[in-house]
Amino acid sequence: MNATQRAVQEELHRIAPDIEFESIDADEDLREEFDMDSMDFLHLVTALGKRFGVPMPEADYPRMSSYNALCSYLDEVIE
Amino acid sequence: MPSLGSDMETGTLIEWQKKPGDTVSRGDIVAVVETQKGAIEIEAYDDGVLESHLVDIGKPVPVGTPLAIIQTPDSGVKSAPDRATTAPTQASGEISSPREPVTVDVAGGLTQDAARGGAEGGRQKISPAARKLAAELDIDITRVSGSGPQGAIVLRDVRSGAQRDERGSSLADSASRLQDGTVGTAAESTTLKTATSEMRSAIAAAMARSKREIPHYYLSQTLDISCADQWLATLNSERDPSQRILLGALLLKAVATACVKYPEFNGTFDNGVFSPAASVHAGMAINLRGGGLVAPAIHDTHELDIDGVMIRMRDLIQRVRGGRFRASELADPTITVSSLGERGVQSLYGVIYPPQVAIVGFGTPTLRPWVGEGGVLEARLLMDMTLAADHRVSDGHRGALFLRHIRQNIESPGDL
Repeated sequence: MNATQRAVQEELHRIAPDIEFESIDADEDLREEFDMDSMDFLHLVTALGKRFGVPMPEADYPRMSSYNALCSYLDEVIE
Repeated sequence: MPSLGSDMETGTLIEWQKKPGDTVSRGDIVAVVETQKGAIEIEAYDDGVLESHLVDIGKPVPVGTPLAIIQTPDSGVKSAPDRATTAPTQASGEISSPREPVTVDVAGGLTQDAARGGAEGGRQKISPAARKLAAELDIDITRVSGSGPQGAIVLRDVRSGAQRDERGSSLADSASRLQDGTVGTAAESTTLKTATSEMRSAIAAAMARSKREIPHYYLSQTLDISCADQWLATLNSERDPSQRILLGALLLKAVATACVKYPEFNGTFDNGVFSPAASVHAGMAINLRGGGLVAPAIHDTHELDIDGVMIRMRDLIQRVRGGRFRASELADPTITVSSLGERGVQSLYGVIYPPQVAIVGFGTPTLRPWVGEGGVLEARLLMDMTLAADHRVSDGHRGALFLRHIRQNIESPGDL
Protein backbone atom coordinates (compact mmCIF):
# COMPACT_ATOMS: atom_id res chain seq x y z
CA MET A 1 0.00 0.00 0.00
CA ASN A 2 1.49 3.34 -1.02
CA ALA A 3 1.06 6.69 0.71
CA THR A 4 -1.83 7.73 -1.52
CA GLN A 5 -3.79 4.58 -0.81
CA ARG A 6 -3.17 4.91 2.90
CA ALA A 7 -4.44 8.52 2.83
CA VAL A 8 -7.54 7.63 0.81
CA GLN A 9 -8.38 4.75 3.14
CA GLU A 10 -7.95 6.98 6.18
CA GLU A 11 -10.31 9.60 4.79
CA LEU A 12 -12.84 6.97 3.71
CA HIS A 13 -12.79 5.46 7.17
CA ARG A 14 -13.46 8.87 8.70
CA ILE A 15 -16.54 9.31 6.50
CA ALA A 16 -17.80 5.71 6.53
CA PRO A 17 -16.44 4.10 9.70
CA ASP A 18 -18.97 1.32 9.43
CA ILE A 19 -17.59 -0.06 6.15
CA GLU A 20 -14.71 -2.55 6.29
CA PHE A 21 -12.29 -1.70 3.56
CA GLU A 22 -11.75 -5.41 2.87
CA SER A 23 -15.44 -5.85 2.11
CA ILE A 24 -15.61 -3.43 -0.82
CA ASP A 25 -14.93 -3.89 -4.51
CA ALA A 26 -12.17 -1.44 -5.37
CA ASP A 27 -13.27 -1.17 -9.01
CA GLU A 28 -16.95 -0.60 -8.31
CA ASP A 29 -18.74 2.72 -7.77
CA LEU A 30 -17.11 4.40 -4.79
CA ARG A 31 -20.28 6.08 -3.50
CA GLU A 32 -22.26 2.85 -3.68
CA GLU A 33 -19.54 0.77 -2.03
CA PHE A 34 -19.17 3.18 0.89
CA ASP A 35 -22.83 4.25 0.95
CA MET A 36 -21.87 7.90 0.52
CA ASP A 37 -24.19 10.69 -0.52
CA SER A 38 -23.08 13.83 -2.35
CA MET A 39 -22.23 15.58 0.91
CA ASP A 40 -20.04 12.66 2.03
CA PHE A 41 -18.31 12.68 -1.34
CA LEU A 42 -17.74 16.42 -1.13
CA HIS A 43 -16.18 15.96 2.31
CA LEU A 44 -13.90 13.28 0.87
CA VAL A 45 -12.83 15.46 -2.05
CA THR A 46 -12.30 18.45 0.25
CA ALA A 47 -10.15 16.41 2.64
CA LEU A 48 -8.01 14.82 -0.08
CA GLY A 49 -7.61 18.13 -1.93
CA LYS A 50 -6.37 19.78 1.24
CA ARG A 51 -4.10 16.88 2.13
CA PHE A 52 -2.36 16.74 -1.23
CA GLY A 53 -2.72 20.38 -2.24
CA VAL A 54 -4.58 19.58 -5.46
CA PRO A 55 -7.74 21.30 -6.75
CA MET A 56 -9.93 18.19 -7.34
CA PRO A 57 -12.17 19.94 -9.89
CA GLU A 58 -15.74 18.73 -10.35
CA ALA A 59 -14.99 18.13 -14.01
CA ASP A 60 -12.62 15.36 -12.90
CA TYR A 61 -15.19 13.62 -10.66
CA PRO A 62 -15.79 10.93 -13.33
CA ARG A 63 -12.14 9.95 -12.92
CA MET A 64 -12.72 9.38 -9.18
CA SER A 65 -15.61 6.98 -9.59
CA SER A 66 -14.07 3.93 -7.88
CA TYR A 67 -11.48 3.47 -5.16
CA ASN A 68 -8.84 2.32 -7.66
CA ALA A 69 -9.70 5.12 -10.10
CA LEU A 70 -9.46 7.70 -7.32
CA CYS A 71 -6.02 6.46 -6.20
CA SER A 72 -4.70 6.43 -9.79
CA TYR A 73 -6.10 9.90 -10.36
CA LEU A 74 -4.41 11.25 -7.25
CA ASP A 75 -1.07 9.62 -8.14
CA GLU A 76 -1.29 11.28 -11.51
CA VAL A 77 -2.16 14.81 -10.36
CA ILE A 78 0.23 14.82 -7.42
CA GLU A 79 3.18 14.28 -9.80
CA MET B 1 -35.71 17.99 30.37
CA PRO B 2 -37.18 19.28 27.12
CA SER B 3 -39.45 17.14 24.99
CA LEU B 4 -37.59 16.27 21.81
CA GLY B 5 -40.36 14.22 20.27
CA SER B 6 -44.04 13.60 20.93
CA ASP B 7 -43.19 10.09 22.02
CA MET B 8 -40.36 11.07 24.35
CA GLU B 9 -41.15 10.51 27.99
CA THR B 10 -37.76 10.47 29.61
CA GLY B 11 -34.28 11.62 28.77
CA THR B 12 -30.87 10.95 30.21
CA LEU B 13 -28.36 13.66 30.92
CA ILE B 14 -24.94 12.58 29.71
CA GLU B 15 -22.84 15.69 30.03
CA TRP B 16 -22.76 19.12 31.64
CA GLN B 17 -21.14 21.80 29.51
CA LYS B 18 -21.59 24.50 32.16
CA LYS B 19 -20.79 24.19 35.82
CA PRO B 20 -22.24 26.10 38.78
CA GLY B 21 -20.92 29.66 38.76
CA ASP B 22 -20.51 29.80 34.96
CA THR B 23 -22.05 32.66 33.06
CA VAL B 24 -24.50 31.51 30.40
CA SER B 25 -25.99 33.39 27.48
CA ARG B 26 -29.13 32.58 25.59
CA GLY B 27 -28.24 29.91 23.02
CA ASP B 28 -25.24 28.52 24.92
CA ILE B 29 -25.03 24.76 25.15
CA VAL B 30 -25.60 23.94 28.80
CA ALA B 31 -25.99 20.19 28.77
CA VAL B 32 -26.12 17.17 26.50
CA VAL B 33 -29.02 14.73 26.68
CA GLU B 34 -29.12 11.27 25.24
CA THR B 35 -32.31 10.40 23.37
CA GLN B 36 -33.32 7.84 20.81
CA LYS B 37 -32.21 10.33 18.16
CA GLY B 38 -28.70 10.54 19.51
CA ALA B 39 -26.99 13.05 21.75
CA ILE B 40 -28.85 16.35 21.71
CA GLU B 41 -27.34 19.60 22.91
CA ILE B 42 -29.60 21.61 25.19
CA GLU B 43 -29.40 25.37 24.92
CA ALA B 44 -30.11 28.01 27.55
CA TYR B 45 -33.14 30.17 26.90
CA ASP B 46 -31.99 33.00 29.14
CA ASP B 47 -28.89 34.93 30.05
CA GLY B 48 -27.62 34.52 33.58
CA VAL B 49 -25.39 32.55 35.88
CA LEU B 50 -25.75 28.82 36.34
CA GLU B 51 -26.53 28.37 39.98
CA SER B 52 -26.80 24.64 40.41
CA HIS B 53 -27.35 21.32 38.69
CA LEU B 54 -30.51 19.48 39.69
CA VAL B 55 -30.09 16.21 37.82
CA ASP B 56 -27.34 13.62 37.96
CA ILE B 57 -25.53 12.33 34.91
CA GLY B 58 -26.70 8.93 33.73
CA LYS B 59 -30.10 8.86 35.47
CA PRO B 60 -33.21 8.97 33.23
CA VAL B 61 -35.65 11.71 34.26
CA PRO B 62 -39.16 12.48 32.98
CA VAL B 63 -39.74 15.19 30.40
CA GLY B 64 -40.40 18.46 32.20
CA THR B 65 -37.98 17.84 35.05
CA PRO B 66 -35.86 20.95 35.70
CA LEU B 67 -32.23 20.20 34.88
CA ALA B 68 -30.56 23.20 36.43
CA ILE B 69 -31.19 26.62 37.89
CA ILE B 70 -30.00 29.69 36.08
CA GLN B 71 -30.00 32.93 38.00
CA THR B 72 -31.16 35.64 35.62
CA PRO B 73 -30.48 39.35 36.15
CA ASP B 74 -34.15 40.26 36.48
CA SER B 75 -35.40 37.24 38.35
CA GLY B 76 -32.84 37.04 41.09
CA VAL B 77 -32.14 33.67 42.61
CA LYS B 78 -34.72 31.05 41.77
CA SER B 79 -35.55 28.58 44.45
CA ALA B 80 -34.86 25.01 43.58
CA PRO B 81 -37.95 23.31 42.18
CA ASP B 82 -39.04 19.97 43.48
CA ARG B 83 -36.97 17.36 41.78
CA ALA B 84 -39.81 14.89 41.65
CA THR B 85 -42.12 17.13 39.67
CA THR B 86 -43.17 15.76 36.34
CA ALA B 87 -45.14 18.74 35.09
CA PRO B 88 -43.20 20.93 32.69
CA THR B 89 -42.36 24.16 34.45
CA GLN B 90 -41.83 27.23 32.38
CA ALA B 91 -40.59 29.67 35.02
CA SER B 92 -37.94 31.85 33.51
CA GLY B 93 -34.46 30.78 34.34
CA GLU B 94 -35.06 27.08 34.15
CA ILE B 95 -33.83 25.15 31.19
CA SER B 96 -36.75 23.65 29.43
CA SER B 97 -38.09 23.70 25.94
CA PRO B 98 -40.94 26.04 25.12
CA ARG B 99 -41.03 24.76 21.57
CA GLU B 100 -43.29 22.30 19.91
CA PRO B 101 -41.86 18.84 20.25
CA VAL B 102 -41.08 16.40 17.54
CA THR B 103 -39.07 15.73 14.51
CA VAL B 104 -37.80 12.61 13.11
CA ASP B 105 -39.06 13.00 9.60
CA VAL B 106 -39.70 10.10 7.56
CA ALA B 107 -40.30 10.32 3.94
CA GLY B 108 -38.48 7.71 2.00
CA GLY B 109 -35.31 6.50 3.60
CA LEU B 110 -36.72 4.60 6.49
CA THR B 111 -35.62 1.15 5.73
CA GLN B 112 -31.94 1.67 6.30
CA ASP B 113 -30.42 -1.49 7.60
CA ALA B 114 -30.34 -0.71 11.25
CA ALA B 115 -28.24 -3.74 11.98
CA ARG B 116 -25.35 -2.36 10.02
CA GLY B 117 -23.78 -0.62 12.99
CA GLY B 118 -20.23 0.59 13.11
CA ALA B 119 -18.93 -1.93 15.57
CA GLU B 120 -17.02 -3.97 13.06
CA GLY B 121 -14.90 -1.10 11.78
CA GLY B 122 -12.04 -0.50 14.19
CA ARG B 123 -12.46 0.42 17.83
CA GLN B 124 -15.93 0.24 19.34
CA LYS B 125 -17.29 3.69 20.21
CA ILE B 126 -19.13 4.04 23.52
CA SER B 127 -20.59 7.04 25.29
CA PRO B 128 -19.09 7.92 28.69
CA ALA B 129 -22.40 7.35 30.46
CA ALA B 130 -22.82 3.95 28.82
CA ARG B 131 -19.29 2.97 29.82
CA LYS B 132 -19.98 3.95 33.41
CA LEU B 133 -23.24 1.99 33.58
CA ALA B 134 -21.65 -1.04 31.94
CA ALA B 135 -18.96 -0.96 34.59
CA GLU B 136 -21.55 -0.70 37.38
CA LEU B 137 -23.60 -3.58 36.03
CA ASP B 138 -20.50 -5.56 35.16
CA ILE B 139 -21.49 -5.93 31.52
CA ASP B 140 -18.95 -6.91 28.92
CA ILE B 141 -19.21 -4.13 26.34
CA THR B 142 -17.67 -6.24 23.60
CA ARG B 143 -20.88 -8.28 23.72
CA VAL B 144 -23.17 -5.25 23.41
CA SER B 145 -24.10 -3.99 19.97
CA GLY B 146 -24.25 -0.22 19.57
CA SER B 147 -27.25 1.64 18.21
CA GLY B 148 -25.95 5.19 18.57
CA PRO B 149 -24.30 7.36 15.93
CA GLN B 150 -21.73 5.37 13.95
CA GLY B 151 -22.67 2.28 15.91
CA ALA B 152 -21.60 3.74 19.22
CA ILE B 153 -22.83 1.97 22.33
CA VAL B 154 -25.16 4.27 24.22
CA LEU B 155 -26.97 3.90 27.53
CA ARG B 156 -30.00 2.12 26.15
CA ASP B 157 -27.80 -0.58 24.63
CA VAL B 158 -26.23 -1.33 27.97
CA ARG B 159 -29.66 -1.36 29.62
CA SER B 160 -31.22 -3.60 27.02
CA GLY B 161 -28.19 -5.87 27.23
CA ALA B 162 -28.77 -6.17 30.96
CA GLN B 163 -32.46 -6.89 30.46
CA ARG B 164 -32.19 -9.28 27.58
CA ASP B 165 -32.00 -12.48 29.56
CA GLU B 166 -35.06 -11.82 31.66
CA ARG B 167 -37.07 -10.18 28.92
CA GLY B 168 -36.39 -12.10 25.79
CA SER B 169 -39.58 -11.03 24.11
CA SER B 170 -39.15 -7.29 24.57
CA LEU B 171 -39.00 -6.55 20.86
CA ALA B 172 -42.25 -8.39 20.24
CA ASP B 173 -43.82 -6.56 23.20
CA SER B 174 -42.86 -3.18 21.82
CA ALA B 175 -44.05 -4.07 18.38
CA SER B 176 -47.43 -5.26 19.54
CA ARG B 177 -47.94 -2.23 21.73
CA LEU B 178 -47.10 -0.03 18.77
CA GLN B 179 -49.66 -1.85 16.68
CA ASP B 180 -52.29 -1.31 19.32
CA GLY B 181 -51.49 2.36 19.20
CA THR B 182 -50.86 2.32 22.91
CA VAL B 183 -47.89 3.85 24.56
CA GLY B 184 -46.10 2.36 27.50
CA THR B 185 -45.32 4.19 30.70
CA ALA B 186 -42.09 6.06 31.01
CA ALA B 187 -40.56 3.29 33.03
CA GLU B 188 -41.57 0.67 30.49
CA SER B 189 -40.33 2.60 27.53
CA THR B 190 -36.86 2.94 28.92
CA THR B 191 -36.54 -0.66 29.92
CA LEU B 192 -38.62 -2.64 27.45
CA LYS B 193 -37.74 -1.30 24.07
CA THR B 194 -34.70 -2.86 22.55
CA ALA B 195 -31.94 -0.71 21.22
CA THR B 196 -32.65 -0.91 17.53
CA SER B 197 -36.37 -0.48 17.98
CA GLU B 198 -36.15 2.87 19.77
CA MET B 199 -35.65 5.16 16.82
CA ARG B 200 -37.97 2.98 14.78
CA SER B 201 -40.61 3.41 17.49
CA ALA B 202 -40.19 7.17 17.41
CA ILE B 203 -40.59 7.20 13.65
CA ALA B 204 -43.50 4.78 13.80
CA ALA B 205 -45.35 6.84 16.41
CA ALA B 206 -44.98 10.08 14.47
CA MET B 207 -45.86 8.54 11.13
CA ALA B 208 -48.83 6.62 12.52
CA ARG B 209 -50.12 9.90 13.93
CA SER B 210 -49.54 11.57 10.57
CA LYS B 211 -51.40 8.90 8.61
CA ARG B 212 -54.20 8.82 11.20
CA GLU B 213 -54.74 12.56 11.50
CA ILE B 214 -53.51 14.29 8.36
CA PRO B 215 -55.57 14.02 5.17
CA HIS B 216 -52.66 14.04 2.75
CA TYR B 217 -52.92 14.92 -0.90
CA TYR B 218 -50.08 14.33 -3.33
CA LEU B 219 -48.91 16.18 -6.44
CA SER B 220 -45.92 15.63 -8.67
CA GLN B 221 -44.06 17.46 -11.41
CA THR B 222 -41.09 16.64 -13.57
CA LEU B 223 -38.45 19.35 -13.82
CA ASP B 224 -35.76 19.89 -16.39
CA ILE B 225 -32.77 20.74 -14.21
CA SER B 226 -30.19 20.83 -17.04
CA CYS B 227 -29.80 24.60 -16.66
CA ALA B 228 -29.52 24.46 -12.86
CA ASP B 229 -26.94 21.69 -13.19
CA GLN B 230 -24.93 23.73 -15.66
CA TRP B 231 -25.22 26.81 -13.48
CA LEU B 232 -23.84 24.89 -10.49
CA ALA B 233 -21.05 23.34 -12.59
CA THR B 234 -19.94 26.79 -13.78
CA LEU B 235 -20.11 28.21 -10.27
CA ASN B 236 -18.20 25.29 -8.76
CA SER B 237 -15.55 25.10 -11.48
CA GLU B 238 -13.77 28.10 -10.00
CA ARG B 239 -14.19 27.06 -6.43
CA ASP B 240 -12.14 25.11 -3.93
CA PRO B 241 -13.98 21.93 -2.83
CA SER B 242 -14.71 23.50 0.56
CA GLN B 243 -16.66 26.31 -1.15
CA ARG B 244 -18.68 24.21 -3.61
CA ILE B 245 -22.45 24.20 -3.69
CA LEU B 246 -24.49 21.00 -3.90
CA LEU B 247 -27.80 20.70 -5.73
CA GLY B 248 -29.42 19.99 -2.36
CA ALA B 249 -28.70 23.53 -1.18
CA LEU B 250 -30.36 24.94 -4.28
CA LEU B 251 -33.43 22.76 -3.70
CA LEU B 252 -33.77 23.85 -0.07
CA LYS B 253 -33.41 27.48 -1.03
CA ALA B 254 -35.95 27.12 -3.85
CA VAL B 255 -38.53 25.58 -1.48
CA ALA B 256 -37.91 28.13 1.27
CA THR B 257 -38.33 31.04 -1.14
CA ALA B 258 -41.60 29.61 -2.44
CA CYS B 259 -42.87 29.23 1.16
CA VAL B 260 -42.77 33.00 1.60
CA LYS B 261 -45.34 33.41 -1.16
CA TYR B 262 -47.38 30.33 -0.19
CA PRO B 263 -47.56 30.46 3.62
CA GLU B 264 -50.17 27.70 3.86
CA PHE B 265 -47.41 25.14 3.35
CA ASN B 266 -45.13 26.54 6.03
CA GLY B 267 -46.29 26.25 9.61
CA THR B 268 -47.95 23.96 12.11
CA PHE B 269 -51.42 22.51 12.62
CA ASP B 270 -52.41 22.06 16.25
CA ASN B 271 -55.78 21.59 17.98
CA GLY B 272 -57.70 22.24 14.82
CA VAL B 273 -55.91 25.48 14.02
CA PHE B 274 -53.24 26.19 11.42
CA SER B 275 -50.57 28.69 12.43
CA PRO B 276 -48.47 29.91 9.54
CA ALA B 277 -44.86 30.38 10.62
CA ALA B 278 -43.28 33.81 10.50
CA SER B 279 -40.00 32.34 9.32
CA VAL B 280 -39.07 29.42 7.09
CA HIS B 281 -37.16 26.80 9.07
CA ALA B 282 -36.72 24.16 6.39
CA GLY B 283 -36.23 20.72 7.88
CA MET B 284 -33.75 18.61 5.98
CA ALA B 285 -34.18 14.85 6.10
CA ILE B 286 -30.77 13.35 6.90
CA ASN B 287 -30.24 9.62 7.03
CA LEU B 288 -28.02 8.21 9.74
CA ARG B 289 -25.42 5.61 8.93
CA GLY B 290 -26.55 3.39 11.78
CA GLY B 291 -30.13 3.44 10.47
CA GLY B 292 -33.07 5.79 10.80
CA LEU B 293 -33.19 9.47 10.00
CA VAL B 294 -33.79 12.89 11.47
CA ALA B 295 -34.92 16.15 9.89
CA PRO B 296 -33.47 19.08 11.81
CA ALA B 297 -34.14 22.64 10.71
CA ILE B 298 -32.00 25.16 8.95
CA HIS B 299 -33.24 28.31 10.63
CA ASP B 300 -34.45 31.20 8.44
CA THR B 301 -33.60 29.38 5.22
CA HIS B 302 -35.49 32.00 3.19
CA GLU B 303 -33.16 34.77 4.36
CA LEU B 304 -29.91 32.99 3.48
CA ASP B 305 -28.25 33.15 0.10
CA ILE B 306 -27.23 29.93 -1.61
CA ASP B 307 -23.76 29.97 -0.01
CA GLY B 308 -25.34 30.55 3.37
CA VAL B 309 -27.68 27.59 2.92
CA MET B 310 -24.77 25.38 1.84
CA ILE B 311 -22.62 26.36 4.82
CA ARG B 312 -25.47 25.58 7.21
CA MET B 313 -26.24 22.29 5.44
CA ARG B 314 -22.62 21.19 5.65
CA ASP B 315 -22.41 22.09 9.30
CA LEU B 316 -25.74 20.46 10.18
CA ILE B 317 -25.07 17.19 8.34
CA GLN B 318 -21.64 16.93 9.90
CA ARG B 319 -23.02 17.45 13.40
CA VAL B 320 -25.99 15.11 12.88
CA ARG B 321 -23.78 12.33 11.55
CA GLY B 322 -21.40 12.97 14.42
CA GLY B 323 -24.35 12.46 16.74
CA ARG B 324 -24.56 16.00 18.10
CA PHE B 325 -27.11 18.66 17.30
CA ARG B 326 -29.14 21.26 19.09
CA ALA B 327 -32.56 20.81 20.61
CA SER B 328 -33.92 23.89 18.83
CA GLU B 329 -32.85 22.54 15.43
CA LEU B 330 -34.62 19.30 16.13
CA ALA B 331 -37.76 20.88 17.50
CA ASP B 332 -38.96 23.51 15.12
CA PRO B 333 -38.92 22.85 11.36
CA THR B 334 -41.86 24.50 9.61
CA ILE B 335 -41.72 22.36 6.44
CA THR B 336 -39.59 19.35 5.47
CA VAL B 337 -37.55 18.77 2.32
CA SER B 338 -36.53 15.22 1.58
CA SER B 339 -34.35 13.95 -1.20
CA LEU B 340 -33.24 10.47 -2.10
CA GLY B 341 -31.16 12.22 -4.68
CA GLU B 342 -28.52 9.61 -5.20
CA ARG B 343 -30.18 6.29 -4.74
CA GLY B 344 -31.86 5.91 -8.08
CA VAL B 345 -35.35 6.60 -6.77
CA GLN B 346 -37.45 8.38 -9.36
CA SER B 347 -40.10 9.86 -7.04
CA LEU B 348 -40.39 10.23 -3.31
CA TYR B 349 -43.86 10.55 -1.78
CA GLY B 350 -43.32 11.97 1.68
CA VAL B 351 -45.27 11.50 4.88
CA ILE B 352 -45.88 14.82 6.59
CA TYR B 353 -44.19 15.20 9.94
CA PRO B 354 -46.81 16.44 12.40
CA PRO B 355 -47.49 19.17 13.35
CA GLN B 356 -46.06 20.37 10.02
CA VAL B 357 -48.39 20.57 7.03
CA ALA B 358 -46.22 19.81 4.00
CA ILE B 359 -43.21 17.86 2.78
CA VAL B 360 -41.51 18.34 -0.57
CA GLY B 361 -39.69 15.35 -2.05
CA PHE B 362 -37.05 15.18 -4.76
CA GLY B 363 -36.03 12.09 -6.72
CA THR B 364 -32.77 11.27 -8.48
CA PRO B 365 -31.79 13.47 -11.42
CA THR B 366 -31.51 11.28 -14.52
CA LEU B 367 -30.97 11.83 -18.24
CA ARG B 368 -34.30 11.14 -19.90
CA PRO B 369 -36.04 12.00 -23.16
CA TRP B 370 -37.80 15.35 -22.95
CA VAL B 371 -39.72 17.43 -25.46
CA GLY B 372 -38.41 20.93 -24.94
CA GLU B 373 -39.41 24.30 -26.32
CA GLY B 374 -39.98 24.15 -30.07
CA GLY B 375 -41.11 20.55 -29.89
CA VAL B 376 -37.63 19.07 -30.12
CA LEU B 377 -36.99 15.72 -28.47
CA GLU B 378 -33.78 15.81 -26.44
CA ALA B 379 -31.95 13.99 -23.68
CA ARG B 380 -32.19 16.31 -20.66
CA LEU B 381 -31.39 16.02 -16.97
CA LEU B 382 -34.78 15.51 -15.34
CA MET B 383 -35.88 15.31 -11.74
CA ASP B 384 -39.26 14.48 -10.22
CA MET B 385 -40.56 16.72 -7.48
CA THR B 386 -43.50 15.83 -5.24
CA LEU B 387 -45.58 17.60 -2.67
CA ALA B 388 -47.51 15.93 0.13
CA ALA B 389 -49.66 18.51 1.86
CA ASP B 390 -52.40 18.72 4.48
CA HIS B 391 -55.91 19.07 3.07
CA ARG B 392 -57.11 20.70 6.27
CA VAL B 393 -54.95 23.67 5.35
CA SER B 394 -54.61 23.80 1.57
CA ASP B 395 -56.00 22.40 -1.67
CA GLY B 396 -54.43 20.86 -4.73
CA HIS B 397 -54.88 24.05 -6.70
CA ARG B 398 -52.67 26.03 -4.33
CA GLY B 399 -50.34 23.07 -4.08
CA ALA B 400 -49.88 23.11 -7.83
CA LEU B 401 -49.05 26.83 -7.76
CA PHE B 402 -46.60 26.23 -4.93
CA LEU B 403 -44.83 23.49 -6.93
CA ARG B 404 -44.75 25.69 -10.00
CA HIS B 405 -43.10 28.44 -8.01
CA ILE B 406 -40.47 26.00 -6.70
CA ARG B 407 -39.86 24.84 -10.27
CA GLN B 408 -39.37 28.39 -11.49
CA ASN B 409 -36.89 29.01 -8.67
CA ILE B 410 -34.90 25.93 -9.63
CA GLU B 411 -35.00 26.80 -13.31
CA SER B 412 -33.56 30.26 -12.69
CA PRO B 413 -31.07 29.61 -9.92
CA GLY B 414 -29.23 32.88 -10.52
CA ASP B 415 -32.27 34.81 -9.28
CA LEU B 416 -32.41 33.05 -5.94
